[in-house]
Amino acid sequence: MGNTSSMLTQYDIEEVQQHCKNAFTQQEIVSLYQRFCQLDRNNCGFIPSDEFLSIPEFAVNPLSQSMLRLLDGFNFKEFIAFLSAFSPRATLQHKIEFIFKVYDTDCNGKVSFDDMLTVLRDLTGQYMSEQQRKEVLAQVLEEAGYTKDSFLVLSDFMKILGNSDLKMEAEVPVD
Amino acid sequence: MNSTGTLKSSSSELDLDRPNIEDYLPSGAAIQQEPRGKFRLHDLLDISPTLSEAAGAIVDDSFTRCFKSNPPEPWNWNIYLFPLWCFGVFLRYLIIFPTRALVLTIGWIIFLSAFIPVHLLLKGHDKLRRNIERSLVEMMCGFFVASWTGVVKYHGPRPSRRPKQVFVANHTSMIDFIILEQMTAFAVIMQKHPGWVGLLQSTILESVGCIWFNRTEAKDREIVARKLRDHVQGTDNNPLLIFPEGTCVNNHYTVMFKKGAFELGCTVCPIAINVFKYWPSLWRVLGSAMTLYGGQSFTTHLLQLMTSWAVVCDVWYLEPQNLKPGETPIEFAERVRDIISTRAGLKMVPWDGYLKYSRPSPKHRERK
Repeated sequence: MGNTSSMLTQYDIEEVQQHCKNAFTQQEIVSLYQRFCQLDRNNCGFIPSDEFLSIPEFAVNPLSQSMLRLLDGFNFKEFIAFLSAFSPRATLQHKIEFIFKVYDTDCNGKVSFDDMLTVLRDLTGQYMSEQQRKEVLAQVLEEAGYTKDSFLVLSDFMKILGNSDLKMEAEVPVD
Repeated sequence: MNSTGTLKSSSSELDLDRPNIEDYLPSGAAIQQEPRGKFRLHDLLDISPTLSEAAGAIVDDSFTRCFKSNPPEPWNWNIYLFPLWCFGVFLRYLIIFPTRALVLTIGWIIFLSAFIPVHLLLKGHDKLRRNIERSLVEMMCGFFVASWTGVVKYHGPRPSRRPKQVFVANHTSMIDFIILEQMTAFAVIMQKHPGWVGLLQSTILESVGCIWFNRTEAKDREIVARKLRDHVQGTDNNPLLIFPEGTCVNNHYTVMFKKGAFELGCTVCPIAINVFKYWPSLWRVLGSAMTLYGGQSFTTHLLQLMTSWAVVCDVWYLEPQNLKPGETPIEFAERVRDIISTRAGLKMVPWDGYLKYSRPSPKHRERK
């Protein structure tokens, strides 16, 4: 409503919709555009990671640092592509890919023991000592048939998480 | 939903009784309790709830909503209403505004011509001087309110002057203080502003016993707490008014109250304010540019008010509250916030208003 939707033409909306493989309806894209403009306070067309940290709910999330790595300097299309993993219409594969990217801290396409340790550290903070974390991780990997030195690739993630009911959704407010 | 537990050789599978991820990941304490057998690689890797929360925050968060000023729907963009709106603009800017400005100027002249002599000449007779200055400040605020055609409805008993008493109110805009001051000369604790407002603060408002603080100074809080305590103990001081939210919040929410006001060991009298401003739609464009409410300067704000039709507000003076036995100041603060929010019809939000100015510290993240 108001003047922001007039800045986004129908052509733009359709292009963005295609880019995110129809994960969002046109209404949702308009709402997300308003949200994008709200976050992009300097009107430079992209959101620096600082802006995300100024959302308190996001900043207190344990995985915010990892997500910021994926989020830096996003323009609107990339913003939508990023959020498309959280649409109820996204495929399970897409969601698992997203989780894989969060884990892959060094962005080399493989998740190592250290990568998983980093994420576990973010999540558990001071509740577990480093030693405990390593133990739990090693134990769990062994049970699953991997060793401390093995690298997990996307297909491994698919195997492990593929059968589950992965609930990863964020609702877009449409007014 | 859950598949039956068939174990494949190289990958972990779902258990029939899959442990609830929410219990595990956000608070790692659960990991220590569960013996290793139950916790699988799958559970470790499934970080979806945490990610969903983060994405949810990106898409819409309750904190930013507190500060959004919702511009009213345009009602004038069709051929019939547009001329009417133009006429309204003409009326407002060329007739009403000058009249109001005139009223305000007269008010200032009367005020200053009475205040300055009284301030300088009656230096010896403190009590009398204070009383006169108090009435003058009340009168001046009255003039201000009139200059926006403020229609204020006061409900409840007028605040009385008693020691060991503190007033708290929710904060919707910079004019709250003026509306309240019109009825009773309060001593307020305010942020020191630059410019002509700062000048006003140091000269006139000083006479009613206002206390200044600086948000940016960390040590400031102790100094201010001490000043507050001194003020409240004094019998002759004006009743103290505090806005515990610490910042301007729009008219639909209340953010967390700071506990400073509730730690003073006195009776707390809550005041609920609800302000309806009739914005002319010309300012809508400017309004949406300032999405962080309160980002405008006082001067701009005043000008906007003086060119709008009216300001209608309700002020409720509520029943004084005391710290219940066994209640912490924070619980007390929340209880009072609840009373105020219910009266004024506002939603409560669990965020600290100061997050508008700074980031949450890593401490908060750890707790999560």
